[in-house]
Amino acid sequence: MRTTFVNCLIDRAKIDNRIFVITPDMGFSVLEKFKEQFPQRFLNVGIAEQNAIGVAAGLALSGKIVYVYSIIPFVTMRCFEQVRIDLAYMNTNVRLVGVGAGLAYGPAGATHHAIEDIAIMRALPNMTVCCPGDPVEVRALINQSFAHKGPIYFRLNKNGETCIHDDSARIEIGKAITVKEGKDIALITTSNMLEQGLHWVKEWSLQGKQAALISMPTVKPIDTDAILQLINRNIPIITLEEHNMIGGLGSAVAEVIADAGKAVVFKRIAIQDVYSHLVGSQQLLRSKLGLDRRPI
Amino acid sequence: MAVTEQQLQTLKDRARRIRIDILKMLTDCGSGHTGGSLSAADIATALYFYKMKYDPRKPGWKERDNFILSKGHAAPLLYTVLAQAGYFEHAELCTLRKIGSRLQGHPDSKCLPGVEISTGSLGQGLSVANGLALAHKLDKAPNRVYALLGDGELQEGQIWEAAMTAAHYKLDNLCALVDNNGLQIDGPVAKVMGVEPITDKWRAFGWEVLDVDGHDMEKIVTALDKAETIKGKPTMIVCRTVKGKGSKCFEGKVEFHGTTPTKEELATAMKELEEGVCK
Ligand SMILES: Cc1ncc(C[n+]2csc(CCOP(=O)(O)OP(=O)(O)O)c2C)c(N)n1
Ligand SMILES: [Mg+2]
Repeated sequence: MRTTFVNCLIDRAKIDNRIFVITPDMGFSVLEKFKEQFPQRFLNVGIAEQNAIGVAAGLALSGKIVYVYSIIPFVTMRCFEQVRIDLAYMNTNVRLVGVGAGLAYGPAGATHHAIEDIAIMRALPNMTVCCPGDPVEVRALINQSFAHKGPIYFRLNKNGETCIHDDSARIEIGKAITVKEGKDIALITTSNMLEQGLHWVKEWSLQGKQAALISMPTVKPIDTDAILQLINRNIPIITLEEHNMIGGLGSAVAEVIADAGKAVVFKRIAIQDVYSHLVGSQQLLRSKLGLDRRPI
Repeated sequence: MAVTEQQLQTLKDRARRIRIDILKMLTDCGSGHTGGSLSAADIATALYFYKMKYDPRKPGWKERDNFILSKGHAAPLLYTVLAQAGYFEHAELCTLRKIGSRLQGHPDSKCLPGVEISTGSLGQGLSVANGLALAHKLDKAPNRVYALLGDGELQEGQIWEAAMTAAHYKLDNLCALVDNNGLQIDGPVAKVMGVEPITDKWRAFGWEVLDVDGHDMEKIVTALDKAETIKGKPTMIVCRTVKGKGSKCFEGKVEFHGTTPTKEELATAMKELEEGVCK
């Protein structure tokens, strides 16, 4: 995903001189190509994330479109109040690009995991929250971000993810994507859980159940219409995310259901409000935290 | 009390064995931070095998000195030192970052005895060290607190908030050390975001500042002894180091911040370390 992100940015920067990149010392083996081609539009502000956000806001206030790149906790949590005032409150054109969604940094440990980021970013007025599920979604959403007004948070997994969509998929900021139609269950995934969602849907179909798969790359604003349609069809809804139970995709969908005032069978699959003290790969941690258990 | 020649020899040998363990565990694991673990090996040796008071059989011993690894990515160094000090079986070192291990990529205080606080997000350790040092003062306890920082880490604003705090509360039971190896992830610190003049900055913030060769064991232990005698202010020991110190394969190479040795590099490094080519 991060290679796709950098490539989109480079392509755009060639024709749009407002594109600007800042990193607090996380450019190694990722941002070199951008830096080489656009040295005037690249800054490493040092290991100083709070400072990075302020500098980005200043540049954005002067007409630049600024992408701040780091590992998720460092680009969202370390500098949260700077994000709140300089980006959300002042509604500036800064894009936070975080790598390491959920448990992607597996054995690096919980300091490098990101399980609360969707919740806190979603709580900020003006902030758009994009959690692409594959490189195709990354490309579409980054390309649309050039014309977007106001701050965006991009939650990227890491690198080398499988493409789930083909190039014909219609992907828009704020819109759900129906990957597969189905009448028995509706599975909604966000971010790096899309691929697992696809597996589950295939497994269900082997059991004779037709499950719909919906990718929700924008968690805020959430696609209320798409969820309302599911509610009106009265099929069981399951959400799946590599994020804490509180405040993520499941919460966002639950809010729509509650506001709709209609009963529907609903289940959230997410991390049960714990930090992982286990050492292991992303896949192992998923399994230990129960994220890979398909409901029957 | 001056350090004896024999003590120094033992310490140097210890540092060499620590480097060997670090390199073996990182090569075996295939991921982790090589450069910054090696550069601080002599510093950590002096702390754990010369200066600090602790009891590996009683990690929670009230009278222990506290060590805060603020640059948490040097976890392989901390684990090696703790294992060699007797906190856990030496054999456990080879479980670094592996399934079910207690040796998390960044130190997890809830998993491993001897790890005082969970670190890995840079810039936060010195503030916690301040809190510990304040508590010891309030308790009128003689414990000392040591914190190890990276030079790139000094770019974090919180470091300077902590610097002010320690001087304001006259935390003379606190001694911080900077592993001044001149490199961070994206290149030389001086190129990315200069932090010099480091000594002048800490002095201006009200600290006693000592500037030593961070690979000269005698200088390090002498500075640690001196820090204990400073009253009314905290001490910062700026240690001039070489990132990746221990083998020509890694020394001064920015790419070895977060990559691990190949089998061939390990073999070369072992030879150098065993033959004492690198002092
Ligand atoms: C808050 C935060 N931002 C970014 C990182 C990613 N990171 C890990 S190590 C490192 C460079 C550290 O450089 P330095 O402090 O000089 O350490 P050393 O050279 O001793 O390895 C960075 C940017 C982090 N761990 N925490
Ligand atoms: Mg350094």
